[in-house]
Amino acid sequence: MNALFFVLGIPLLGSLVLALFGHRSFARDVNVLFSLLSFLAACVLTVQVINNGPAWYWSRQFYIDPLNVFLVTLTAFVSLSTAIFSRPYMLIEQDHGKMTPPRMRLYHSMYQLFGFTMLLGFTTNNLGLLWVAMEAATLTTVLLVSVYRTAASLEAAWKYFILCGVGIAQALFGTILLYMAAERVLGPENATLLWTNLNDIKAQLDPTIVTLAFVFLLIGYGTKVGLVPLHSWLPDAHAEGPTPVSAVLSGLLLNVAMYAVLRCKVLTDGALGTAMAGHIMMGFGLLSVTVAAFFLSRQKDVKRMFAYSSIEHMGLITFAFGMGTPVANFAGLLHMTVHSLVKSAIFFTVGHATQKAGTQMMSEIRGLIKVNPTVGWGLMIGVMAILGMPPFGVFASEFLILTTAMREQPWAAPFLFLALVVAFASILVRVLPMVFGDTELKPLAHPPALIPVFAHLLLALVLGLYIPPYLNGWYVQASKMLGS
Amino acid sequence: MLRHVPQLINLFATLILLLSFAMISQRRIGSLINLFMMQGAALVAASWLLAYATQQPDLYWSGALTLLLKVVFIPWMLQRLIRKLNVRWDVETLINIPTTMLVGIALVIFAFGLALPVSRLSHSMAGGSLGIALACVLLAFMMMITRSKAVPQVIGFLSMENGLIFAATTATNGMPMIVEFGIALDVLVGVLILGVFMFQIREKFDSLDIHHLESLRED
Repeated sequence: MNALFFVLGIPLLGSLVLALFGHRSFARDVNVLFSLLSFLAACVLTVQVINNGPAWYWSRQFYIDPLNVFLVTLTAFVSLSTAIFSRPYMLIEQDHGKMTPPRMRLYHSMYQLFGFTMLLGFTTNNLGLLWVAMEAATLTTVLLVSVYRTAASLEAAWKYFILCGVGIAQALFGTILLYMAAERVLGPENATLLWTNLNDIKAQLDPTIVTLAFVFLLIGYGTKVGLVPLHSWLPDAHAEGPTPVSAVLSGLLLNVAMYAVLRCKVLTDGALGTAMAGHIMMGFGLLSVTVAAFFLSRQKDVKRMFAYSSIEHMGLITFAFGMGTPVANFAGLLHMTVHSLVKSAIFFTVGHATQKAGTQMMSEIRGLIKVNPTVGWGLMIGVMAILGMPPFGVFASEFLILTTAMREQPWAAPFLFLALVVAFASILVRVLPMVFGDTELKPLAHPPALIPVFAHLLLALVLGLYIPPYLNGWYVQASKMLGS
Repeated sequence: MLRHVPQLINLFATLILLLSFAMISQRRIGSLINLFMMQGAALVAASWLLAYATQQPDLYWSGALTLLLKVVFIPWMLQRLIRKLNVRWDVETLINIPTTMLVGIALVIFAFGLALPVSRLSHSMAGGSLGIALACVLLAFMMMITRSKAVPQVIGFLSMENGLIFAATTATNGMPMIVEFGIALDVLVGVLILGVFMFQIREKFDSLDIHHLESLRED
């Protein structure tokens, strides 16, 4: 019995329990309880890895190292705070008649199962299992996105399933090619998809096969990251699902896909000895940042707008990892962390704002600060943080990415600047009237849970001002590992 | 017997590719499911032949899994589904079958070109079939793009999965068993979810035509 057993076992058990009792009124508390337990297990696992170094589990099928342990903790933490947020939020949705008891059961059960698939994806050492976990995460979120059963949510879920299904099929082909490359080195008897074993022999892997494999893997997992031009499922899925689902999609699922790309990039770099993988990633990243920034300015639906903002930030992260210097990797990891925290906090406040206004159209959401000052301030501060204002963590990571870009890839820096400025202006212009305008709306029936919002924003603030030494050491180790 | 195994596997490989083309041009949904079933059967035959030739018990299992899922269960489920949805005799109006075929041929040439440098390096007995597998994946992809009804799109998705399993079988003599089981589970659950979705789409839109699903667009 080790900590990993509990990290994976608790959400799985949770999904089973909630599949039976998810429609009862105590299910919302049980959901929080299971998320809390898996967060505690993740903390124990983290302490173990910090003290004892990387570790394998269960005949090497699972592997925990500095790169994934920090993502595991982040995932467990955001899952917990989203569960806390969803407690009153889903109750209000039930009052509004959007959720029925059977749907609540499906929602709670799938929420835990989704958490399980993400944690499985992060902790597994087997690239095949990573693929299986990604596909399973798609399936659970398809059910979550369509939970309202409206025409628009069905459409979004269908598109999401078909596009991500096709995308992820490409990743499977890439995985098969990697396996083939491994078989050439190790022979048919010892061939393996275990990442650590592949990492040991990566210099001997055949460059032709690995190049082709990486292209397929990047297209496949890139679809889930939301890289342009493979992004079209993302705004629909974010806008039509329940808000807690938008928060975990944006804050967590995109990170899992990014992580899968990173693992593959390390192998590719080792096999090729060139910067090919990095160049492709920089191209996709830059395209995503700029295209998403310009789409941002055309949005009318608040959740769609922040979905495009997620595409923009994932593009920035992809670009950072594409540059691949230790500083850029460090900035990429930091940006992944703060983006998760801040973006989910924004979705929490947006969720309550839309519940209050009864619509997701930004032109009809006004005066949040008067009706509910905490929601208003939460949204305002969150938006300031995501736009990269100092002293929040996003500022630190974007600053690092931009300065590295100016030194390493000077041609790209103007595009990044331009995109960030456009995004800044378009988001701020829309959010200011939403927060400060006039309104006659009444407060909500159940007090919203806003502790998660401020906890996330506080963490993002702390990360901007001062990164604790052990966390810093952790980032440095992980970015060294990525730099191969 | 063993001498003829590579040729036999190639025969089944071409059969799989041929069935992919047949699926592109098939307009009746009921016949489309039958074609999909035949493709699954050819896949099973290829993997069992390879299992016999290489003495790998894992490949027997993988073939059995495909048989159960792709030849028996999913076609049965799809047939039941279209009976219930009453779309069994639906005929789709396809735009220009000859053009689609020509594009398909171009895709096959592209796939062979892409796979050639890699398949030359394969240790496996049927390594040369990698190009065919990739071609099947691309053809299924094209089918998903050109079809406007929900059921053919799903069959395209499943046929893509067939191509991938064929690639895994021929290029590497099968993936690790745990991965194969995971993939099978995902496909199974995915098809079940899509089946439920079809009823809901039908309820909301009164049709299974995906063209109705176009309200979420950038404007």
